[in-house]
Amino acid sequence: MATLARLQGRRPGLREEYFHRNRAVDEYRKTEHNAAVQIQSWFRGCRVRAYIRYLNKMMIIIQKWWRGYQGRKRFRKIVQTAYFIMKMNFYNEMAVRIQKRWRGYYIRKYIHNYYALKKYLEAISVNNEIVRKELEEFAEMKEKEKEKKDLEREEKKKDHQARKMHYLLSTEQIAGVYNSPFRHSPDPMEVRLRKARPFSHRPQQIKKHLTRFDSPNCINSLTFPTVQPLPPIGRQKPQGPFRDTAEVLQQRFKPLEPTLRVASSINSLEKAREEIKREEWRNRINDNEFLPFSSCHKNQKYDPLIHTSSKYSQITYGIKHFREEHHEKWITNKDFETVLPSIDLFDKFGQTYSKAGQIV
Amino acid sequence: MSQRQVLQVFEQYQKARTQFVQTVAELATRPQNIETLQNAGVMSLLRPLLLDVVPTIQQTAALALGRLANYNDDLAEAVVKGDILPQLVYSLAEQNRFYKKAAAFVLRAVGKHSPQLAQAIVDCGALDTLVICLEDFDPGVKEAAAWALGYIARHNAELSQAVVDAGAVPLLVLCIQEPEIALKRIAASALSDISKHSPELAQTVVDAGAIAHLAQMILNPDAKLKRQVLSALSQIAKHSVDLAEMGVEAEIFPVVLTCLKDSDEYVKKNAATLIREIAKHTPELSQLIVNAGGVAAVIDCIGNCKGNVRLPGIMMLGYVAAHSENLAMAVIISKGVPQLSICLSEEQEDHIKAAAAWALGQIGRHTPEHARAVAVTNVLPVLLSLYMETESSEDLQVKTKKALKNILQKCTYLPALEPLLHDAPPNILKHVVGQFSKVLPHDSKARRLFVTSGGLKKVQEIKAEPGSLLQEYINTINNCYPEEIVRYYSPGYSDALLERVENYQPVL
Repeated sequence: MATLARLQGRRPGLREEYFHRNRAVDEYRKTEHNAAVQIQSWFRGCRVRAYIRYLNKMMIIIQKWWRGYQGRKRFRKIVQTAYFIMKMNFYNEMAVRIQKRWRGYYIRKYIHNYYALKKYLEAISVNNEIVRKELEEFAEMKEKEKEKKDLEREEKKKDHQARKMHYLLSTEQIAGVYNSPFRHSPDPMEVRLRKARPFSHRPQQIKKHLTRFDSPNCINSLTFPTVQPLPPIGRQKPQGPFRDTAEVLQQRFKPLEPTLRVASSINSLEKAREEIKREEWRNRINDNEFLPFSSCHKNQKYDPLIHTSSKYSQITYGIKHFREEHHEKWITNKDFETVLPSIDLFDKFGQTYSKAGQIV
Repeated sequence: MSQRQVLQVFEQYQKARTQFVQTVAELATRPQNIETLQNAGVMSLLRPLLLDVVPTIQQTAALALGRLANYNDDLAEAVVKGDILPQLVYSLAEQNRFYKKAAAFVLRAVGKHSPQLAQAIVDCGALDTLVICLEDFDPGVKEAAAWALGYIARHNAELSQAVVDAGAVPLLVLCIQEPEIALKRIAASALSDISKHSPELAQTVVDAGAIAHLAQMILNPDAKLKRQVLSALSQIAKHSVDLAEMGVEAEIFPVVLTCLKDSDEYVKKNAATLIREIAKHTPELSQLIVNAGGVAAVIDCIGNCKGNVRLPGIMMLGYVAAHSENLAMAVIISKGVPQLSICLSEEQEDHIKAAAAWALGQIGRHTPEHARAVAVTNVLPVLLSLYMETESSEDLQVKTKKALKNILQKCTYLPALEPLLHDAPPNILKHVVGQFSKVLPHDSKARRLFVTSGGLKKVQEIKAEPGSLLQEYINTINNCYPEEIVRYYSPGYSDALLERVENYQPVL
């Protein structure tokens, strides 16, 4: 109660106290306010700066770590590439060594093979020697042949001369020219004369001398083109039943004209048959036997005619032999002739002297 | 006048004509009479006799005309101008074989002189009738027709083409197969003349199957036939690789090598020509020839012959050696180089020497081994002397120079190079000194030899422009030796020494 009384006693001066207090405050309110603001702003600034400092420190730490990390990464990369390059260089070096050896070996063995070349050249020289020798032998052989031919020609010429001069042969009484009594032995010509057979007086056959048309240069012969020499004009026909000389000579010196039978060989028929068979076989496309057309009988073989087939095969009667089967019915024992002789009369038709049968 | 007297007149006239024509034909065989005959106007007289009633007079007149035209080309032109050819061609188709032979002889005689005359013959349509004559039975007619065709085709490619177009080639190939040797010869020579102008013509001849028959006939013993056959084969083979290969496929090797040993010079020459034409196309063909021993045979053949006959053989060696170094080595091993150097020194003709020089150059240009093989035979001084001689033809000089250069660029055989130091002109000397400068730095024995043989002295005496290639070589050589020796051998050294003696103050 006391307090209450105290309080109530203070009551009338409360209003003025309140007013004075508020007024006193108000007087320094601005300066106090400014000062407070200043103090507060400085303090806030300190706080912010401290915060920023803190942030900076943190940032530096983060960045430091980050940069260190990047740098190490880069370094690792550099080391890796350097290592890689070193390895590659090493490999290249080794590959070069291997290739060097291989290429040297390969070229020396296959492309510029010295030993093969040497062997080849040796083989060529050996071959050359062989060829040279053979050619020399060939040339010698040719020489010998030529000599032989020359000798033979000489011999023939001498023999011909001896035959022409056979009359120079020495006789018992008179020594011939080549058999002089003062020599030891007769001249070889004398021997030839002894052996020679004299020429007979026969009208010489027209010698085939080189006419202008035979020899290429056409200069040698100076005569007409050769015709058969005509018989002398105005010659008297010999009296008597003599044939014309030209005819006789033609007949006498007729060249050989073999008949067709003589000229063809004995098994020409078989040969011709074989030839035909071969030609047919050659020209045939399909060698298989004749097959039926319809396909349902595709696998069946062709049945030949019953007339041409017997129990086992084709019968030979009528093809290979033609005689009667029953021996009693034979007239003779001689077999049929399959080759008939030709009729000479027909061969000589038109080629003999006789003019029998000629109408004109 | 009785009938007999009238007929007698005609008989006399006929006898006179016969005698005239026969005598003219006989006179025409001697060259000295032909001038007189020409001046006497024999052409105009013979012309109507060609149309005479009596066949023998016709034939003899044709024969006389042929002999006259054969002699020189004025008379042949007179035959052409006198319009005789159409008449001949017309009667070629109809008459008997003697006339055909004589007419073909006239055509040949006219056609052989010049291309214009041959063209005149073609223009009057003679080719068809000649080809018909080729089908005749008588071998003499065939021979005359083939000969005429051959002479016509000889001149140039158009005429050959005309002959081929007339269808002569298959018939000629048939003629080759006939048994008569003269006909074979002429047919082979005609084929050779046809195929020599161009590859197409040669191909036509080959297509007609000629090569097989020609190859068979190489074995025939007759020398003149072999000449023609070999010439025909070489004319065919020279145009292209395919034709040459076809020739080789006909198995002519090694038979052709026996022809190289024949006694007839021209057979050897034509065989060598054939081998040369085959060898020059490709290295494989040359290889084939080398493997068959062809090189040895050709070298022997060169050794046996003299003069122009050697030329194809020499060229063949050059072609073979030019292809590759192995082939050149094969030529060297077959003892080709001594033979070629003998040819070079022995022969008188410039073109043969040029060919030998070229061949040696081809052999020696591949590697130092080859150059050494060539240089060992002492052929380089010979080449140099040929190059320097003023009488040598230009071709020879060019070829020897090339050969020398080719060999020198690879030659490391110093004893052979030393003689060249003394005589060579500057452009050759450059190469010689160059070779020395390549070899001397590496070989001490060679250096010593160089000094003792007087080579160093000679090199010092060479005057070269400073900065030229020659001076560089000389410097290289001088650098191989110690300075004293170089100075000792340099010209004027003795004078320089004497001057030093003069200026020397003796130390008392």
